Amino acid sequence: MDSTPEQMYQKRAQRIDDAVRLEVPDRVPFFLFSGYLPCRYVGMPLQEAHYDSDKYFAACKKLTVDLAPDIYFNAGSPVKTAGAALDALDMKQIRWPGHGIPPDSPFQFNEAEYVKADELDALLDDISDYTVRSYLPRVYGALESLSLIPPLSWLLMGYITTGLVSAVTIPGVLDALEALIAAGREAANWATKEAKLDQELAELGFPVLDGSGTFAPLDFVGVIRGSQGMMLDMYRQPDKLIALTEKLLPMTINTALALAEMSGNPRVFMAINRGGDGLMSLDHFETFYWPGFKKVVLALVDAELTPVIHFQGNWDTRLEYFTEFPRGKTIGLFDRTDLFKAKAILGDTMCLCGNMPLTLLRTGSADEIRDYARKLIEVVGKDGGFIMSSNTVLDDADPARVKLWIDTTREYDVYR
Amino acid sequence: MTHKLVDAIAGMCESEALQIAADMLEAGEDPEEILALCRDAMSIVGDLFEKKEYFLPELVLAGKMLSQIAELVKPMVRSESSAEDGKAGTVVIGTVQGDIHDLGKNMVIFMLEVNGFKVHDLGVDVPVQSFVEAIDEVNPDVLGLSGFLTVSFDALKKTVEGIKRAGIRDQVKIMIGGGMVDEHIRAYAAADAYGSDAMAAVSLVKKWIGKD
Repeated sequence: MDSTPEQMYQKRAQRIDDAVRLEVPDRVPFFLFSGYLPCRYVGMPLQEAHYDSDKYFAACKKLTVDLAPDIYFNAGSPVKTAGAALDALDMKQIRWPGHGIPPDSPFQFNEAEYVKADELDALLDDISDYTVRSYLPRVYGALESLSLIPPLSWLLMGYITTGLVSAVTIPGVLDALEALIAAGREAANWATKEAKLDQELAELGFPVLDGSGTFAPLDFVGVIRGSQGMMLDMYRQPDKLIALTEKLLPMTINTALALAEMSGNPRVFMAINRGGDGLMSLDHFETFYWPGFKKVVLALVDAELTPVIHFQGNWDTRLEYFTEFPRGKTIGLFDRTDLFKAKAILGDTMCLCGNMPLTLLRTGSADEIRDYARKLIEVVGKDGGFIMSSNTVLDDADPARVKLWIDTTREYDVYR
Repeated sequence: MTHKLVDAIAGMCESEALQIAADMLEAGEDPEEILALCRDAMSIVGDLFEKKEYFLPELVLAGKMLSQIAELVKPMVRSESSAEDGKAGTVVIGTVQGDIHDLGKNMVIFMLEVNGFKVHDLGVDVPVQSFVEAIDEVNPDVLGLSGFLTVSFDALKKTVEGIKRAGIRDQVKIMIGGGMVDEHIRAYAAADAYGSDAMAAVSLVKKWIGKD
């Protein structure tokens, strides 16, 4: 007898939960790390994902229903928010399809020192004021005039400083506020539609990966200081760099807790990248990266949340550190790390996931795809604690090869 | 025994290195000699990177020290470039169209330069036509194409095809690298080889130019 969508939802969610607890699920769970794949699947240019949300969300729904994964990746992940919101704000920190890059290229981070080297004291001293009057004007062209207003904290003087609201008449400030309102409406509209998509897919029996996301503190620094600025800080102002990671730590935890509570989804997505092999020495990793990263993961687990950590790049030489995470509470979604080695080191610690090479799912032969999938199931899937996934988002995968890989996972299922 | 300027640069002591260079200039020492010491230091940094004792932050800081010292001595140097530059061969390099990532590319450039190669960097998001024009103008031995994003698989392929269409495919060896690039993508893009890191790029260029 066929299960109802509700029963299917429960089964799929149970499969994921079993794997997280390092137990053996009823069959190998499958995560569809889709990225922009919905666009490729229905043949729409990536730019449309940012500007035609109805069409994009329909594509996401179709892909999920057709491929029927045990857990699907958030539709908002590649797109973040409506292109119209980014346009209204004149967002500088990323480029998105048709905006600074070709219409069919995925969004990309625009590396720059959004916080300058000599501004760390100001940031550490008053993070809110720095954000409003220095950072926002730099990151959003439409908010440039916010640099001209007095510190908002001056309004703490109440009736004495009420007259400072006259700052809205400073040339450009009203325009900035109007841009915020316009962008806010677009972003809210986008968020409502995404929530509706998740609701519809849940009713059809499909759980979504996460309800919140956060950073490792040093990755956060890399975003605002730029990777190069962050690396120079390691030598030029190491104490301030450490102070900054400590300052940002509560924010990385509290935003995740708040968003997880709002969404009701315990899984928290963390893409981590700047601490990997080749990017810094083990000494630097131990000094600047690991302490903050570990604190975030432990705090989320303490709050009964499940960090889903996408270890971007290669982390082969760091794997032993992660044995310090509590057993059966995290998902390690690995990219180029040797997952077979990770199984030996972390198999009793974290649920292992990922590593199926996107390059195979783009250009590999049927035999190569089947062989790799089987090897992952046999070795990494042994005794459970495993979720099948690609090493990275499937932006440019070939849908037919993805289908073959899913079918292989279902047919070659050692648990049944 | 190495010179104290070499030690300071290779030891990542930035302010000390800058002070030593300034003092040497003040004492009337030959600016060309200072630049030669910088090259020695860079070569040590490259070796340590190869041995996995140094990583990206050290390359970035070494690059900053070099450019600051070069700025200091520039007014006193007669010729723009040293006779040493580029004698080993020439490489044109760039991140393919649609991709704005440059960290990996910059690591490759650093390692090629410390190994004596002349590098023409076309930057990021480079259209096919710019690569074609650079091959015409610079006549490099090797073309390096970087692509971090998966969307770059197609851009790599299109770039190699564009070079073939321009009738100059035989003039250069083409190596690709970055992010997800592997042998599958090498075959897909019809490049001559792929490299998984900056050292691999240096080995490929040396092999092709016959310096190995």
